[in-house]
Amino acid sequence: MSDNKQSILLDVRNLKKFFPIQRGLLRQTVGYVKAVDGVSFFVRDGETLGLVGESGCGKTTTGRTILRAIDATDGEVWFRQGENMINVAELSRRQLKPLRREMQIIFQDPFSSLNPRMTVMDIVSEPLSIHGMAKGKQLKDQVCELLEAVGLKSQHMNRYPYAFSGGQRQRIGIARALALRPRLIVADEPVSALDVSIQAQVINLLEDLQAEFGLTYLFIAHDLSVVEHISDRVAVMYLGAIVELATSTELYKNPLHPYTEALLSAVPKDEPGQTRERILLEGDVPSPSNPPPGCKFHPRCRYVEDICRTAVPEWRELGDDHWVACHRAEELQLRGIQTT
Amino acid sequence: MNSLELQSKGLYEQYEQSAIDALDVVDAEPLDEKAVQPDEVLYAASQWQLMWRKFRRNRVAFLGGVIILIYYVCALAPGFFAPYPADEYLLHGELINQAPQRIRLMDDGRFMPHIYKIAPEEKPEPEETETPQFTFTPGRVDLEEPEAFEPGLVVDETQPVPIKFFARGYDYNVLGLFETDIHLFQPADPEAPIYFMGTDDASRDMFSRIIHGAQISLSIGLIGVVFSLVFGTVLGIASGYYGGVVDDLIQRLIELVRSFPTIPLWMALFNALPPHMPMLRKYFLITLILSLIGWTWLARQLRGKVLSLRNEEFVTAAKLAGASDFRIIFRHLLPATFSHIVVVSTLALPAMILAETALSYLGLGLQPPTVSWGVLLNEAGINAVTIYPWQFAVPAISVAIAILAFNFLGDGLRDASDPYSL
Repeated sequence: MSDNKQSILLDVRNLKKFFPIQRGLLRQTVGYVKAVDGVSFFVRDGETLGLVGESGCGKTTTGRTILRAIDATDGEVWFRQGENMINVAELSRRQLKPLRREMQIIFQDPFSSLNPRMTVMDIVSEPLSIHGMAKGKQLKDQVCELLEAVGLKSQHMNRYPYAFSGGQRQRIGIARALALRPRLIVADEPVSALDVSIQAQVINLLEDLQAEFGLTYLFIAHDLSVVEHISDRVAVMYLGAIVELATSTELYKNPLHPYTEALLSAVPKDEPGQTRERILLEGDVPSPSNPPPGCKFHPRCRYVEDICRTAVPEWRELGDDHWVACHRAEELQLRGIQTT
Repeated sequence: MNSLELQSKGLYEQYEQSAIDALDVVDAEPLDEKAVQPDEVLYAASQWQLMWRKFRRNRVAFLGGVIILIYYVCALAPGFFAPYPADEYLLHGELINQAPQRIRLMDDGRFMPHIYKIAPEEKPEPEETETPQFTFTPGRVDLEEPEAFEPGLVVDETQPVPIKFFARGYDYNVLGLFETDIHLFQPADPEAPIYFMGTDDASRDMFSRIIHGAQISLSIGLIGVVFSLVFGTVLGIASGYYGGVVDDLIQRLIELVRSFPTIPLWMALFNALPPHMPMLRKYFLITLILSLIGWTWLARQLRGKVLSLRNEEFVTAAKLAGASDFRIIFRHLLPATFSHIVVVSTLALPAMILAETALSYLGLGLQPPTVSWGVLLNEAGINAVTIYPWQFAVPAISVAIAILAFNFLGDGLRDASDPYSL
């Protein structure tokens, strides 16, 4: 587990990303999809922060906004460079280029994330050539090293992606992300598209690489059991905002937010006979273009009170490194699950 | 946590670990095998190699491709294939409106392709050698008139004239590179004309004119498509990649160009060309005008393709690696649309050729003495369909074959162009 005194690598403050909804011939903006609506968290150097939530809660958008694949509507993304913190969100494209070497991404879909018309060599070497970090034989040697680091055979580098299986393709994607020797890797559901059997391999590979290259992960997933395995701390997202953040053991054992409790109750049980109350959330996730007032979770919360319908809960720290946004966090006794 | 839970947890872990171990082995094995399998050829095959593999299996498309190839070889060196220059008046202008001549292959049981000499009668009457004046009343054509032979010409069937291959004839120039006088075939006796596709009303050999016309008709298509490609690719990719205002402007421009009625637009543009402009310049302007309208097709298609590609994760990956727009467009987007461009242009070529043919037929495009298929159709005139059908059929059929071949080729290329959809 990470130490509190470790330096902060990434500090996200009040990040917002709204997508305009346009209608009609003249493309009038009639509203906004608030995909990310005021997200704040930090990631310490060398740790893994898990980011979980349902489909459409804004996890992926958060990751991509941090990396500037899409530009934020508002908010700050501070990234440490040596002694200084740099606000990535306000850099120009030219200023951004050197920073791209520090932050990379692993994609969910191992099929659409590799250009089918390029060989593995071309794919993995592209970041290196863009930054002019290697040429000719040196480039080839580096690609060989990277492929071997992710468990692929270097003699396969002249193959095209279609010659590989899903798990192998994901390894190619990981090799590409590693090519620039980044410090931060945003892993955007890196195992969700893989067979359960391959998931464990890729997760183990990611852990090995973290130790080998001193990586920091922002690990996005919708599956708490996957996140538990790899994360030091876990943030739970609901409808564009983080509702709870704690170390993974703490979060699993002692959830403070009713949404986290409901998610935990859906984690598969270890044994068929085991009994645990399954909390079924009623209704659908509200539309992010028209989120409910007050606490966004209140229409589906079983502990709802009047205050939840009107006041937005404060994001506060309860206990050691345990953050939550819930009015009733102190009084509720929520059920967690036992973890390993 | 009760003891049962603890126990089960431990068991689960063991199971999980053993499953992982087992899978590591399973995953590693095929990798080793593949390294020695001949499949490596397939796994490391580029998109073009895969396309070629698939295309070869499509016989109709392959045939189309071969026909196109033959056409373009003819167009490159028409002098070699045509026995006469385009404006050679056979028999000093006396061989008018002759039906296709029969080529006999056997002589006395031996294989010897030959023709019979045709010559004016010993004492030709000047009136008789002229074209008879047909009175044409709409709806009624006198079919009793002799067609195959004009009065005054006799075929001498006693002396077969063999056809010589790779024989010497008139001088011609190959693409301005060198001069030669070798032809694919020539009659052994220069006094015996060969006209197996008939002659026109000025006693010129139809086959020679078709071959010479191919040069202009086929290249006008090619050059027109190249122009369209440049406009269409640049505007289509810009429209799809940058989106926003750029996209709106380009799309409105395309709608504007497309909403013009084409024939009146062409008429107006051709009328704007000065009448005594050199033919070569006129020819280039015509291709330019044709492609000014043709590019919208490709631009629309490429825009759609780029719009979908732009959101592919491999493009995002390149962007996050720090790639410039230039690099993304040329390394990722253009190669992905390249097969599409090839297909669209193959299918656009016949439209260009048809447009040239239609315009020249209407008298708006190229004009004699330039020879193109459209000019030939125009020269054949309306009477030709019923009275001298070969004058119309020969250019019409050669256009039709070219169009069909292009369509077959284009369809085949389209089917083969996505080798990853296995």
